[in-house]
Parts: sequence; structure tokens; C-alpha cells
Amino acid sequence: MQTFLGLYNFWVVIVLMMIGFYIVIAHDNLVKKIIGLNIFQTAVFILYISAGKIQGGTAPILGEPGAVYSHPLPHVLILTAIVVGVATTALGLALIVRIHEAYGSNEEDDLLVLDRREDSP
Amino acid sequence: MTAQLPALQILLPMLASALCVLLRSPAGAWLCFTLATWASFAVSVLLVLATRSGAILSYEMGGWEPPFGIELRIDALNAFVLLIVSGMAAVMAPFARSSVLAEIEQTRVYLFYALVLLCLTGLLGISITGDAFNLFVFLEISSLSSYAIIAMGPNRRALLAAFQYLIMGTVGGTFILIGIGLMYMLTGTLNMADLAERLPAMADSRTEKAALGFIVVGASIKLALFPLHAWLPNAYAYAPSLVSALLAATATKVAAYVLIRFIYTVFLPERAFDGLMLSELMMALAAIAMIAGSVVAIFQHNVKLLLAWSSIAQIGYIVLGAALVTTAGLAATTLHLLNHAVAKGCLFLALGVIVWKTGGARLSDLAGLGRTLPWVGAAFVIGALSLIGVPFTGGFITKWYLLVAVAEQELWLLAGAVVLSSLLSIIYMGRVIETLYFRAPSQGTTRSEPVPVLMLTSVWLLALLNVAIGSYSEPFAAIARTAAGQLLGGTP
Repeated sequence: MQTFLGLYNFWVVIVLMMIGFYIVIAHDNLVKKIIGLNIFQTAVFILYISAGKIQGGTAPILGEPGAVYSHPLPHVLILTAIVVGVATTALGLALIVRIHEAYGSNEEDDLLVLDRREDSP
Repeated sequence: MTAQLPALQILLPMLASALCVLLRSPAGAWLCFTLATWASFAVSVLLVLATRSGAILSYEMGGWEPPFGIELRIDALNAFVLLIVSGMAAVMAPFARSSVLAEIEQTRVYLFYALVLLCLTGLLGISITGDAFNLFVFLEISSLSSYAIIAMGPNRRALLAAFQYLIMGTVGGTFILIGIGLMYMLTGTLNMADLAERLPAMADSRTEKAALGFIVVGASIKLALFPLHAWLPNAYAYAPSLVSALLAATATKVAAYVLIRFIYTVFLPERAFDGLMLSELMMALAAIAMIAGSVVAIFQHNVKLLLAWSSIAQIGYIVLGAALVTTAGLAATTLHLLNHAVAKGCLFLALGVIVWKTGGARLSDLAGLGRTLPWVGAAFVIGALSLIGVPFTGGFITKWYLLVAVAEQELWLLAGAVVLSSLLSIIYMGRVIETLYFRAPSQGTTRSEPVPVLMLTSVWLLALLNVAIGSYSEPFAAIARTAAGQLLGGTP
């Protein structure tokens, strides 16, 4: 029980990661794939942030000497990864818009059928 | 001046990329692209000269002392990969002029060059940095820009190919991020050299094994190692000609470098290969990739797809050498990074000229072109011979080194796979060459103007480079041996 509750954050990370991964693999809708990818990345953000947390630690701002601080570096690192995630989402959605303009659909199955039809006229 | 070379290596293409956006005119952007790639090639040549004897250059980014600040760390392998990436970009710059004008919308040309330069910045950054998290950031810079430039391909399928690459690439990048995070939790450091020192104290920790697993899988996706190769064929086939050539010649090489760097420098081979059967697994996957990639290539009608599938087979050779964990194997891998880049770059560029001329890359578009475009056909044949591994071409040198390395370990089955894959490559390259020279030209419309001299210059520079390396490989082989020695010596 202790290991389960003590590692609560990490259980959340694993569950979120698998949900995200499942959506990416199982869904045909390209927008849903991007959302799955987002959930998958969010899991990693929580993984990093959990690593920096110290029980009873405060924000790492210079104050009274001897105070316990949370480790700020993982937060800074993951801020970079969040920016990368936002850029990826934006690019992915932009591609979906273009795909919808070119094919008239954003279901992967439809797109593959359209491509195959083009191959065998 | 020389002290600042490592920083210049990344900054030159990065600043040139911004300059391209400001210049806006297609001609200006091309000039900016060309000058930037040539300058960064010159920098990488200087770096190779400085490190080829085994010296290690360390550069403190922003004056922050490593392991706290970001360190750029250059040894023989880094410098060699930098040379390949910047060299390929520099050689392809003259080709880009007409090819890009023909394939990209006039108003978007400057953005295209800006993105290609950003992609190069990312690839060079991955190769030069000594900091694990910094590597992830550069990886995403190169990935994001390559998704965008692949999507600029003329066919609408380029969009879907780019999207699929985006999904796979992001998963791969995130896996590497998880691996780096786990290592950071164990050791509290992100500097690769520092990680290598601290990780042994954590030996037998399950977290360390998980970190290694995540990084190997993540890098393998980027590398398109079988069975994680699904994104590669379409991405290369539907991208603009310049992008196909450039990514085929550099992106997978850099991913291979990431895999080698993490396994050999950060985790150290004796622990990385212990317990997870990683070596056996990589050998098996490499062998399957070599044969399956070649077999699928035989049945392709689109020559760009054919070359892309052949890339998957060639990645097998690269991984096989790295999985042997011997100096000879690593030297073969390092050399093959160069030789495959030169051979595949030459083939894709020659094909790019044909696409410029006929507008298509199907086998039927190539029919009879060997006679109407003799120079292009001849360059394609030289590239094909190098890919097959005929003596006096670069490909022969690496296959020779690889076979010797495999034979040293008495792994005869793998030696058989290497030979079989080469025989299969004779079949698929033979098909293309047969179409080039012995089929009647198709009735399709072709451009009437002659092939621009700049395009031919790029193609022939690469073709001659194939022959030059094949005839006189010693300087490169010496660097490869130094790099292999450094990797196995344990010090980064």
C-alpha cells in the first residue's frame, strides 16, 4: 500500500502515458492523434516535475537562510519541453488543415483509400 | 578565432536562417543558404583537423563551466559527423538553385531555405553538444523543421507523409526525453561526460536500464531501424528533391550518432550491452533490415521510394557495425556513415535532376534518359555501384571493413546477410539502370532547356567523391579508427 500511495505521481504518469499512446495508435482521426500525443507528452511533464519536488519544500526564491527548496532545474527543463510540445501541436494541426484542404477528410483510413485509388486508376 | 569554432558551427546556419527570412527574395535566400553552408563546412573541416589525432575540444557555452553549463564537446566521431552533415549541405547548395525554384512556390522559397538551414542547425547541434538535454532540444529543432520541409513536397501525399513522420518522430523524441529524465533523477547531472562518471555507481538500478531502453527505442525511431521504419519511405519519397537528398544523407546518420553516443559514451558499452541482450537484438534487427529493406526495394515502381527502402537496408549495415562492440565494427559503422551519405546523396541528386527534367520519379519517367542525359545517367550509375559495393567506390571500402569485423567475431550468418543484401541491391539498382539505358524513352513531356550547370556540378562532385573515397580511403579510415578507439576507451 505504501509503495502504491508513495509513488502516486508515477502511477499517474504511467496511466496517462498509456492512454495517450493508445489514442495515437488506435484512432484514425488525425486531430485525435494529436490530442493523444499531447496527453502522452503531458505524462512526461509530470514525470519531470515530480522529480524536482521535495516534501515540505518551498519555491526556490532567496529568502530566509536554511529553508528547504524544491529543485528548480527539472521545472526549467520541462518548460523547454512544453514549448516544444506546443510547437509540435501547432505544426500538427496546421498539417491537418492542409490535409483536409487537399483530401477533404482527416480520417487516416479515408486518406489511404484515396491514395490507393489514385495509384490504380 | 579558433577557440570560437564550435559555437560558430551552430550559429552560422542559425543566423543565416533568420537572414533568409529577412531577405525574402528567392535568389538572395539561395545565396545566403549557399554561403552559410560553405562557411559551416569550412568550420567543420577545421574541427576535424583539430581532433583527428585524438584530441578533444571542449567549449563552454556562454562561459558557464561544465557540468553546470552547456558544454560543446568535440572528439573524432563528433567532428566526423559534423563534416558529413555540413559537407553534404555544402555540396548540395548549388543543386538547390534550380531544383527548389521548380518545386516550391515562388513566394515560399525564402521560407523553405530558412527551414532547411534550421534543420541543419539542429543536426549540427545534436552532433556537437556534450549535454544530454541540449541534445533533445536540437533534436526537436531539426525534427520540427524537417516535418515542415517534407510537407512542402509537390504531391499532396507529402502532407500525410509529414504528419506520420511528426507522430512517430515526436514519440521518438519524447522517449529520448524520458530516458534523459530518468538519468537525471539518478545522477542529478545532464552533462554526458559527467553522466558517464556517475552512472556506474547506479549500476544494477532498474531505473538505469529503463533509461537505456527508452533512449535506444527513441533513437531507433529517429534512425528508422526495422521495425520502427514506417515513417521513412513516404517521407523521403514525397519530400522536395533537395530535402530527400539532404535528409537521406544526414538525418539518419545523426540519429545513428545519437544511438552510438548514448550507448558507448554515456552508458559505457560493458554495462549497456550486459543483461539486456542489446547487442544480439541490434544484430538481429540489423540483419532483418538489410534483407527486408532490399527485398521491398526490388518491388518499387517509384524510384524515390526504391531509394528510401534501400536506405532502410543501409541503416542495417550502420547498426550492425555498432552492435559488434569491437573497434573494427565501430570503425566500419563510422565509415559507412560517410559512404552511405555520399552514395545516397549522389543517387537522390541525380534523381532530382531527372525530376526537374521530367516532373516525375516513376520508373517510366526514367526510361531512356541515360542516353538523352548522359552525364546524369553516368553519375547515377556511379552512385549505384557505390551503394552495391563495387571495388574503387566508397561502398566497397565499408562493406570490406564490415565483413572483416563480422568475420573477426566468426558470425558467419551475419556475414551471409551482408553479402545477400548486397546481391539484392544489384537487382534493384540494376532494374533502374536497365530502365535508364535500355528502354525506349516515354512520350511524356519534358523540359526543353538543358540541365543547369550548377545542378550537374553538385551531382558530379558527389559522384567523384564516391570514387575518390574508394580509391584513397586512408585519411577517413584513420579518423574512423581514432573515433572507434575513443568510443571503446570509455572517455567521451
